[in-house]
Amino acid sequence: MPATSNQPLLQADVCSINFGGLKAVDCFNLKMYPGELVGLIGPNGAGKTTVFNLITGVYKPTGGEIRFESKLLKGKKPYQITACAIARTFQNIRLFGNLSVEDNVKIARHLHYQTSLFGSIWKGKAYLREEDHQHQKISELLGIFGLSPVAKEKAASLPYGQQRRLEIARALATEPKLLLLDEPAAGANPQETRELMDLIRWIKDKFNLTILLIEHDMQVVMGICERILVLDYGVTIAEGPPEKIRKDPKVIEAYLGEEPV
Amino acid sequence: MKRLLVFAAIFVLFLLANRFLPQWIDSYYLHLTILSCINIILAVSLNLINGFTGQFSLGHAGFMAVGGYTSAAFTYYLGQKLTSALGFLPIMLTKNLIFLSALFSGGLSAAILGLLVGIPSLRLRGDYLAIVTLGMGEIVRVLILNIDAIGGARGFSGIPAYTNVFWVISLTALTIAVVTSLVNSSHGRAFLSVREDEIAAEAMGINTTYYKVTAFVIGAFFAGMAGCLFGHYLQLLHTNSFTFVKSFEIIIMIIVGGLGSISGSIIAAILLTFLPELLRYLGPIKDWRMVIYSLALILIMLTRPQGLFGSREPNWRRFWPFRKPSPSI
Repeated sequence: MPATSNQPLLQADVCSINFGGLKAVDCFNLKMYPGELVGLIGPNGAGKTTVFNLITGVYKPTGGEIRFESKLLKGKKPYQITACAIARTFQNIRLFGNLSVEDNVKIARHLHYQTSLFGSIWKGKAYLREEDHQHQKISELLGIFGLSPVAKEKAASLPYGQQRRLEIARALATEPKLLLLDEPAAGANPQETRELMDLIRWIKDKFNLTILLIEHDMQVVMGICERILVLDYGVTIAEGPPEKIRKDPKVIEAYLGEEPV
Repeated sequence: MKRLLVFAAIFVLFLLANRFLPQWIDSYYLHLTILSCINIILAVSLNLINGFTGQFSLGHAGFMAVGGYTSAAFTYYLGQKLTSALGFLPIMLTKNLIFLSALFSGGLSAAILGLLVGIPSLRLRGDYLAIVTLGMGEIVRVLILNIDAIGGARGFSGIPAYTNVFWVISLTALTIAVVTSLVNSSHGRAFLSVREDEIAAEAMGINTTYYKVTAFVIGAFFAGMAGCLFGHYLQLLHTNSFTFVKSFEIIIMIIVGGLGSISGSIIAAILLTFLPELLRYLGPIKDWRMVIYSLALILIMLTRPQGLFGSREPNWRRFWPFRKPSPSI
């Protein structure tokens, strides 16, 4: 859809990864332009999360390369990739369960703390000022996600929907340009799903994000994505706007097994 | 400025304690107090590694041994020369300066060992790391056993008695203050995130390897200083004090106190130092004291598997009489 700049934010060129003899992702190509909201769909085991893991450096691609803002991401560790302004959420929620909601978000602000190890032991004026400043940012973020009332609660004690939202809040706290959302609507009821769609649209504008979204809920994908990529057995079988994907015979075959009569 | 005044006040208080405590307290209890302080340093520093960062290390006695032997060698071989070189200073000051340097040499040597062991082995997790650190502790012990210059199998005797009440409580306070302050900072939260979920921590921009090694180095540093206090207190170091049993003793303290609770480590360290001794007063059943001790441990673990304090700190401010009214939320 509207490419606000001709320089892609994220560019994956013929990315592949093999686990032993299995080609989990094969020749994956993706160009994402700033401000886009792209959906990544496919049947279970198609390699969607593997694509996320390739982008965030959890797995090293066995072939091809990924560039972010024209910089090569090759050989970077996950935390270095986060420092490049790519953040993600996890399919199976990975919050810091025993820590408070507030601390979960504070940990994600880690990259934006300046104080040295000794500074934070000594706790001088500069440290306290910084802590204050960060606290404000965090309160703001928690407010946006409606998590202020539970800020002191243990993250693991939150209901499922709030945990999902906390994951997004935590990812945003790293101040990303590219946000990777892995099934944010999993397990949500229709009401929560609608709210989530609004939230994703809203944060995209508010924080100037580019979003890559994995989702099984077709209502969400078709509703908010401008462009959709369909993976099946690690291969991209279709790419295009939602209307085109909906009618694509290959996509229907991948999901239903055969062409509908 | 205000903080400097507090430090000065604490300094004076500790000096007074050093002057009067040995007169007020029975020497047997003073001995137990000093040992429990050393155990507090060990437990709190190990809690940083095991409790807060979640890296199961079984090598704390090894770090303690390295610190103890290095500092003992420092005072034993260099003490005389330094005393004569610093002859223009009052003897009290010289003695304590030498001991301060010895403490640093002990802490530093243990920290360097922590770094050397930490970098390759912290890629391992859980049981594997425990085995590597256990092996490290034993290697250290056997190496020391074979170095004749520091006593070897005879033990290292003739270490000057530099440890006194002042140094023991100062370092205990320092360890508690540093570790408490550290875990309540942004760096401390990074340690916690490594314990909670390494993959998520990396995704939040935390260099998990760096924080694991840092926790290891800081923990080892304090263990080394504890070894220094221990050596200069008993005036004799023997490798038998640093077997893996010692490591387990410290592990038991932090587990009984609660992994991730500093107050827990402190109280468990005191309790477990005093308990076996106090059980000597049981009269006719005193022969059973180690059995009772073990039963007490089992009982604690059965009733409070998360440790006496769990992983949180009790609200000590509740007991502070001059507290400000807490802000209403």
